[in-house]
Amino acid sequence: MTETTYLGAITATLAGAMRADPRVLVLGEDVAEGGPWGATAGLEEEFGADRVRNTPISEAAICGVAIGAAQSGLRPVVEIMFIDFLTLALDQLVNQAAKAHFMSGGQLNVPLVLRTQGGAGQRGAAQHSQSLEAWLAHVPGLKVAMPSIAADAAGLLVSALADPGPVVFVENKSLYFRRGMIDDPPVPIPLGAGRVVRSGSDVTVVALSRLVEESLAAAEQLEADGIDAEVIDPRTLVPLDVDLILDSVRRTHRLVVAHEAVVHGGFGAELAAQVQAAAFDDLDAPVVRVGAPFAPIPFSPPLEDAYLPGRDEVAGAVRATLGVRA
Amino acid sequence: MPGLGAPAELELLRTMWRIRLFEERVGELTRADEVHGLVHLSIGQEAVAAGVCGALRADDIVYSGHRAHGHAIAKGAPLEGVMAELMGREDGVCRGLGGSMHIVDVAHGFYGATGVVGGNVPLALGSALAARQLGGDQVAVVFFGDGAVQGGIFVESVNLATLWGVPLILVCENNGFAEFTPRSAHTNVERVSDVVAPYGLGRETVDGNDAVAVREAFAAFLASARSGRGPLLLECLTHRLRGHYEGDPDRYRVAVAAEEWQELDPIRRLERRGTAAGWLAEDVRRRCEDDARAAVDGAVEYARASPFPPPGLAADLVYAA
Repeated sequence: MTETTYLGAITATLAGAMRADPRVLVLGEDVAEGGPWGATAGLEEEFGADRVRNTPISEAAICGVAIGAAQSGLRPVVEIMFIDFLTLALDQLVNQAAKAHFMSGGQLNVPLVLRTQGGAGQRGAAQHSQSLEAWLAHVPGLKVAMPSIAADAAGLLVSALADPGPVVFVENKSLYFRRGMIDDPPVPIPLGAGRVVRSGSDVTVVALSRLVEESLAAAEQLEADGIDAEVIDPRTLVPLDVDLILDSVRRTHRLVVAHEAVVHGGFGAELAAQVQAAAFDDLDAPVVRVGAPFAPIPFSPPLEDAYLPGRDEVAGAVRATLGVRA
Repeated sequence: MPGLGAPAELELLRTMWRIRLFEERVGELTRADEVHGLVHLSIGQEAVAAGVCGALRADDIVYSGHRAHGHAIAKGAPLEGVMAELMGREDGVCRGLGGSMHIVDVAHGFYGATGVVGGNVPLALGSALAARQLGGDQVAVVFFGDGAVQGGIFVESVNLATLWGVPLILVCENNGFAEFTPRSAHTNVERVSDVVAPYGLGRETVDGNDAVAVREAFAAFLASARSGRGPLLLECLTHRLRGHYEGDPDRYRVAVAAEEWQELDPIRRLERRGTAAGWLAEDVRRRCEDDARAAVDGAVEYARASPFPPPGLAADLVYAA
């Protein structure tokens, strides 16, 4: 075990994969310089400019190049600097990468990892802070990973790099410098295996990305009031470990889903729908969703702080589902 | 007259007849509701497919767009499998999951057609990069129409391809129309080869209805790309005889008169050339046409006999195993 940051886990895992497999290459804007946070720092020095390719600000072409390269035998890791910019590459990701295997009757494979990061809280305003994972989870053919801690970032990235199809790896900028222990070398975490972050008996909280640590903090607040919350991180949206969630709900009989993305049309709606369809009789209360309001992310710091869901919103949702007042 | 020599020119003619008769039959079968969906025919443009793909090796990689039947056939895709695909059958090259706009035949280096205009250009660039990075000498070729050039991804891709010097040949079939609208209404740049001028790549505009001219120009580019002097762009000026899609009333342009088409038709042109040069006797010419017709008949029979795919196939192929 090694102590590192969430970001360091990603860098170390990429380097390990590049050492092990000469077909792995990294491409994206400023990747040779390490990118804005340093996720790819040092890779160009170790692996050279052919395998760590700085690209122009051409998200659509970068993504397309990676898909073509993947179809022809390489294992590209493409970085889209902000998930907000993924909009520019969506034709390639959604119409090409996600469908190539299917539409070719299984002839083509696209072993591509698309790393990107989302999340607000850094005064980045509405075009550099979004949480757009629900769009991606809506597309058959894509897998979507969303790690919340360093160990999961490493283990999920190992699995993403070994996957025969396209995996979108959604990091969170506000988690990049959180410290944690990782296995050295990282042990693969299967895509589709969730994690019980905290065991509890009164309510299940399913949380994504930054909301996992917020939900843990909420659980501690609630414990003081005698409420025992179970917190689950599905870790991947597609495939989804729905069985882990159902097992929990069948014990706790209550469910709160929490993410930073806007509630409206968010992935929480899918979680709620799947759980009520499979375990309606086990639920003692309606599923409560926690997320952002249906508005772009405001710039002004007090407004952004008020906009972002966090521990208080999760705790409030738990109390609501239990019918207790704060 | 200089040229490729009789065997190579006869091969071009054979390929064009196969494409022509295949697509004429596809048009009939579309109207008969045996071929389904959105069907875009390349009748009139066969010289580009034949001239380019005829020069390639089996392991060279070709990408195309929505008007792709001719490119797939010229690259070696079996008529049977392509016809079965257009009919949505299990024995189609894509097992019936792709259809006309998404023909893929990896075994013959046809990495496929894509239905979104311009979306194929960076894919070919990626395949070219992979070929070079994996130490091979394959070349990637991408076919696109003049309509694709006005999209940002085209310029992004040309920029990256020239920056990286990859073995990519961009082949533009400039038929003067982007869907229903003439090029002059979409851009002030008449020649696609001029669009890429600032990037400093090798480029040429040829008569795309002259199969020999296409083949000669492309072969020179191919040698260049294979030896590491890519990318390059070949613009082929051609004419789409049919509407944008089968069923298009084609009211936005004046049809070419029959006599004029006799002059322009790439098949008739090569036949006149062959007759004048003495390599195309009438019985040989007739055999080209008859052989192609028999092959198309066989393909239709094969496709009709193939079942529709099993219902579970779609769910099985969402993710690679």
